[in-house]
Amino acid sequence: MSMEIPYTVSPRPDTGLTNGKIAIWLFLASEVMLFGALFATYIILRVGAAEWPDGRTFLSVPLAFINTLVLIASSMTMVMAWASLMRGNFSRYRVFMALTVLGGVGFLIIKYLEYSAKFQHHYYPSTNNFLAIYFTLTGLHALHVIGGMVLNAYMWGPGAKLWKTNPTWFTNRVENAGLFWHFVDLVWIFLFPILYLL
Amino acid sequence: MADSHADIDKHVRVYKIVFGALFVLTIATWAVAYLDLGVAGGIAVALLIASVKASLVACYFMHLISEKKLIFLVLAFTVFFFVGLLLLPFFASMDPIEY
Repeated sequence: MSMEIPYTVSPRPDTGLTNGKIAIWLFLASEVMLFGALFATYIILRVGAAEWPDGRTFLSVPLAFINTLVLIASSMTMVMAWASLMRGNFSRYRVFMALTVLGGVGFLIIKYLEYSAKFQHHYYPSTNNFLAIYFTLTGLHALHVIGGMVLNAYMWGPGAKLWKTNPTWFTNRVENAGLFWHFVDLVWIFLFPILYLL
Repeated sequence: MADSHADIDKHVRVYKIVFGALFVLTIATWAVAYLDLGVAGGIAVALLIASVKASLVACYFMHLISEKKLIFLVLAFTVFFFVGLLLLPFFASMDPIEY
């Protein structure tokens, strides 16, 4: 027995939105609270500390700067992927979505290099409160990057079959996947100055 | 999905401008960190630039600029609780536990 999910293609008359769009925004609201709790933790630790190290003494600003540009560029390719579908150009969508996933791979490689350098210098979460909140925030963010990449890779590969049978539904799904990816970018926009520059 | 090809072309032009602005503001974030603005000034400017960048991403890449009322309602609740969460440390510091 199959049951069709309602309002995936056309918006619900009372909300003016597809159910998927409302669902992803509610999910992002919960994500804001998750990261918000950790930002509040950062404030408590920093305000309560007698001394707080300059992020630049522990962390590599050039690597984080490059990573910021990588994530911004991957957000751009994500919206271009969606715009390609809106224009009905599936092959162009595939190129932009592949670039978005590659952006995520690039981000994680740079993150790996950063973490490796910390461990080589024997900087661990247990070293001090600054490194504890640094590893917690960036580690949680990296998990979100991995989650977004899995979703985007699915939309590039097996999930793209939907384009043939229901292109509007598929386009809406890609838009929702994009909302998550942009949120991941948005969190990093705050993490970069807070952890690395202040 | 009601957007025509011309509408999408317009969207894409805006995306390119936003991308350029985000690029420039990221460089600005880095450059400002090396100016001597003091701790409070440095934090204020860095957070201001980050907020502008975040607004650009939310408004244009996440299409908030043309979103429906219900999404704004969800976000209004989110902002309220998020701000409350960030203020908790200050509320706590105003009412310290006496030992």
